[in-house]
Amino acid sequence: MPLTPAAIGGDSIIDVDRLTRVFRRRGAPALAAVDGMTFQVAPGEAVGYIGANGAGKSTTIKMLTGILAPTAGTARTCGFDPMRERRDLARHIGVVFGQRSQLWWDLPLQESFEILASIHRLDAPRAARRTAELVELLDMGATLTQPVRSLSLGQRMRAEVAAALLHEPALVILDEPTIGLDVLSKASLREFLIRERRERETTLLLTTHDMGDIQRLCDRVLVVDHGRLAYDGTLTGLADAVGVQRVLVVDLDAPTEALHGIPHTRWLGSEGDGVRQRLAFDAKVTTAAAVLTEVAERAGVRDLTIDEPDIEDVVRRIYSATT
Amino acid sequence: MVDNSTDGLAGAVADAVAGAAAGGAAGGAAGTSGKRTGALAAYRRIVQSRVRAQAGYRVSFATDIAATLLTGLAELTEVYVIFHNTPRLGGLDFDAALLVFALANLTFAAADLLVGHCDRLPTYIKQGRLDVFYLRPLSLLGQLITSEVSLRRLGRISVALVVLVVALARGDVQATATTVGMLSVAVVCGTALHCGLFVAVAGLQFWLVDGREFANAFTYGGAYAAQQSSLVFPDPVRIFFTFVVPAAFTAYLPTLVILGLPGGDFADPALAWWLPVAAAWVWVVALVTWRGGVRHYQGAGG
Repeated sequence: MPLTPAAIGGDSIIDVDRLTRVFRRRGAPALAAVDGMTFQVAPGEAVGYIGANGAGKSTTIKMLTGILAPTAGTARTCGFDPMRERRDLARHIGVVFGQRSQLWWDLPLQESFEILASIHRLDAPRAARRTAELVELLDMGATLTQPVRSLSLGQRMRAEVAAALLHEPALVILDEPTIGLDVLSKASLREFLIRERRERETTLLLTTHDMGDIQRLCDRVLVVDHGRLAYDGTLTGLADAVGVQRVLVVDLDAPTEALHGIPHTRWLGSEGDGVRQRLAFDAKVTTAAAVLTEVAERAGVRDLTIDEPDIEDVVRRIYSATT
Repeated sequence: MVDNSTDGLAGAVADAVAGAAAGGAAGGAAGTSGKRTGALAAYRRIVQSRVRAQAGYRVSFATDIAATLLTGLAELTEVYVIFHNTPRLGGLDFDAALLVFALANLTFAAADLLVGHCDRLPTYIKQGRLDVFYLRPLSLLGQLITSEVSLRRLGRISVALVVLVVALARGDVQATATTVGMLSVAVVCGTALHCGLFVAVAGLQFWLVDGREFANAFTYGGAYAAQQSSLVFPDPVRIFFTFVVPAAFTAYLPTLVILGLPGGDFADPALAWWLPVAAAWVWVVALVTWRGGVRHYQGAGG
């Protein structure tokens, strides 16, 4: 098969090239919400798209889905131009906006699914099979006959996800899907998405403030800051890149004075007259074992734990480094 | 060209008509191509769900209908009071004024039922409902139009229908090709004309996010103008409501034809047969406005 430009472009399910969006408001300086962003996402990838509020995440998603026109640069989603081919694109993507519902609040949930099946022109057997599958996996059996407005937040979010995935889209974009959910609801939603991805090779693009979502769901992270790509790689690579420190917490046999001066560590604090002490160290410079040996020379160690880098902290550091 | 190469003016018209047809009885007017039929089925399903949702709340549904019924009656009283004080106004007697009232109210209330909720576009934008429309493989305007059906307008429509029958009987109107033809054109195209005004106003609201009042000046203002004899207005106003916002076409001009009245300057009965053109004109303006509004919303410039 000859390699046409279209075939090359077909390698990426999202292809963003120098994408820029400038907002001009009267009486305020022009703001580049997205500023020359370039990245590709291959089919089947699961990508976390993270950044602070106002970093440009939502603006990017709106340009990927045809809601907003780029000021400059291009975006192609599933091989379509989102602005010119919005309706064709809509058949291939499923989008969950955490804050906006695609369900009909005054109808039983079941009817929302029926209407969406009709909108996406699923034939009756396919609609029935897919709905049954989603109802089972997302545990919505009890809520199907309830009006959407009476659903709890957790129930509604599961229903929103089901609504976005009803037509089996190749690309699923989730904007803050777990916002406000309790621990159990979060866990079951993540389990579902992992399974969906495994079985259908669905591509995921996920924005979130919940780092658990990223850790559980994504194998690649894009960090956006002030409309620019600040990082593109794995989550662990992200932690390494900004040199986030691990923290060794030791419980000692007896009250001990502060463990200052242990090589390559920073003393963070102590509790119980120094029975429990916390030391930060950089895993690239020393090891937990080396630090522990040093500590053991000063006092008997009864127990220890190591706190892994908090990914929120990682992101915070990226922002402070780039501003 | 932004938003949907397939969403040209023709496409938007077809979708809008599909929406209106879906709101009507059966879908006998199904499109020719499979694509349109599919969209039609989806719109019909959405509209049916809207009807069911409203019928589900019986008490509030009944009070809503009663409310629009009372509004209709109050406006009818206004006409009665005026003609209690003067035998003729703007070249019309009471019976002719009743016919104008009936046609103006019927077409406006029918348009209000079908597309009146379009003036809620700013709310849809604020709630993010418009963004959800973008994520579905249907036209934006088609989805906005079918997003609601204001069945409570049936109260006002029923007042208008009763008055229409009474006016035709009192005016001793014979069923000729002219009267039946004019009446049909007036009801169908008059409704379409008012629908077009609602859509134009929806398009304007992309710019005027808090401009519902301003926007309603065109729709409700047009409806109010439609209820009057054109001859009560000074020339510039009459020309405005005949050739710019052609409200006079929906009730006053057809009434002249049906009752065989002479009319006046810029209010010739022969104009009445141009109602389909007037409705088409309003729809062209409406779709251009809507399209411009969508481009503005997307920030596509232009």
